[in-house]
Amino acid sequence: MSTLSERILKAPAGEYVDRKVDRAYVHDGTGVLTLEAWKNMGKRGLHDPSSLSVIFDHIVPANNSTTAALQHELRGFALSSFMNFLDIGEGICHQCMSEGVVLPGEIVVGADSHSCTLGAFGAFATGVGASDMAAIWMNGETWFRVPETIGIHLTGSLEGATEAKDLALKYVGELGMDGSTYQSLEFIGESAKGLSIDDRLVLCNLAVETGAKTGMFYADNVTKKYLAEFGHTIVPQLPESCNYVKELEIELSDIVPLIAVPPRVDTVKPVHDLAGLPIDQVFVGTCTNGRYSDLVRFASIVKGNKVSVRTIVVPASRTTLTEAIRTGLLADIVKAGCVIGIPGCGPCLGAHMGVIGEGEVCLSTANRNFKNRMGVGGQIYLSSVSTAATSAIIGEITEPGVF
Amino acid sequence: MHGKGKAVCLAADIDTDLVIAGRYLRTKDRSLWGQHVFEDLDPKLAPRLKGSVIVAGKNFGCGSSREQAAIALHEAGVLAVVAPTFARIFFRNAINIGLPLIESNLNCIDGQIVSFDLSSGWVESGGKRRMVRALSPRMLDILKAGGLIEYWKGKR
Ligand code: SF4
Repeated sequence: MSTLSERILKAPAGEYVDRKVDRAYVHDGTGVLTLEAWKNMGKRGLHDPSSLSVIFDHIVPANNSTTAALQHELRGFALSSFMNFLDIGEGICHQCMSEGVVLPGEIVVGADSHSCTLGAFGAFATGVGASDMAAIWMNGETWFRVPETIGIHLTGSLEGATEAKDLALKYVGELGMDGSTYQSLEFIGESAKGLSIDDRLVLCNLAVETGAKTGMFYADNVTKKYLAEFGHTIVPQLPESCNYVKELEIELSDIVPLIAVPPRVDTVKPVHDLAGLPIDQVFVGTCTNGRYSDLVRFASIVKGNKVSVRTIVVPASRTTLTEAIRTGLLADIVKAGCVIGIPGCGPCLGAHMGVIGEGEVCLSTANRNFKNRMGVGGQIYLSSVSTAATSAIIGEITEPGVF
Repeated sequence: MHGKGKAVCLAADIDTDLVIAGRYLRTKDRSLWGQHVFEDLDPKLAPRLKGSVIVAGKNFGCGSSREQAAIALHEAGVLAVVAPTFARIFFRNAINIGLPLIESNLNCIDGQIVSFDLSSGWVESGGKRRMVRALSPRMLDILKAGGLIEYWKGKR
């Protein structure tokens, strides 16, 4: 009996295998180094450009002429080599791949650590660096060590103002930053089936923060319905009984709104314990929490109110932004005093548009709060969208549920 | 596949943002990464790295997939990194750019000589030799070639 990783990689945990990669993608950051490595490997062609994507999301539009020149070169190459190319404003690479591209059972590799996000579809999705990606461009395959798996059993349902992000912070706090190094996570149990694709994307997104190779959900009827909207017909994956190296039980109704205290993602505390901490900036977006459903929750809280600190909202993709325009959410968010960014990573990686200064505190819906990540001398606290929205109105960290 | 150098001791969970900050990534000038390595951890560290062996705590290289982190260490003259565990993307990246990694829980004394031999699988410091988990044959081949680029170049 196999875990989902073993089933997709077709070998037992611990084995080293060479496998064809169904989809591979890079972004404007890792793509530059990938292209250079690929050239240095001898430019022996691209195995299958139709399986390769280049997605500009990290520093978009370019912030200076050095970045612009690097992007110009990569853009030209992607277009001339017939890869799938998504230019600035299309969205965060993981989000773009989640909009009807990645399918259950596929092997997906991204040159970005949060590629594990796509495990939400029952795909084996993981991140690599630029040299590995260059070899995939050339050969269409790469090697993997089949990971052992930690089973995370979900029971009950989220209550009050808690959301999938709180659940994600909960398991990261329990496993710790290296709790699943070289391993993969499977989210299972009755309550896993009740989670939307957006919730699953959030849970899988943070898998790498525990060191995991990937986080996965079995494709089920929820997956089937979601992908049907993109014209795909899929067969659900039925879980088998299998051997987990470790099992974790989480009762969803026990979860309260949580926050990760800098500089570690696994220093997780109830929002309640930090209530009253002044903040300088709120950032809602990223591959963790910049989806349409996140904007819906955000808007439902800020609508009719005014944010009292600068608040940057960055939709995860053009689709998200378009939908938010169509339904009027965007107007509500702008009227509440927020600033809207270009679909992409925004200030998440501290390179562009929303970088914080020495001594400043940002409450962010992202997945990393490492030292200096969003700007030298700044501090990043991580929370759910509801906590971020509520805190933006008050101007200090505040438990959600009051608006 | 063997070497020796002076130990530079580091803590656990050193993330790749700390190895090389995001603000230095957008360039092709590799020497820049070597100059700014560990800047946000300790700006005085970079000049001490030439010919050193980093001995760190668990989960070295967690976080972002940036290969620049491994390159920065290599550029700064780090000979190898020893840690009880490494984050997996960093693990692959380091081997892929020809930086030896050794999985071992070594007691670190700053400046003490650490020697290692990856082909036979040991690391030694303070007169004590420990066997370490062998790299997979493929990883060893990549490392021997000097990295993944050289490995594939050699296969023309
Ligand atoms: S949003 Fe942040 S975490 Fe996600 S891919 Fe972009 S930089 Fe990385």
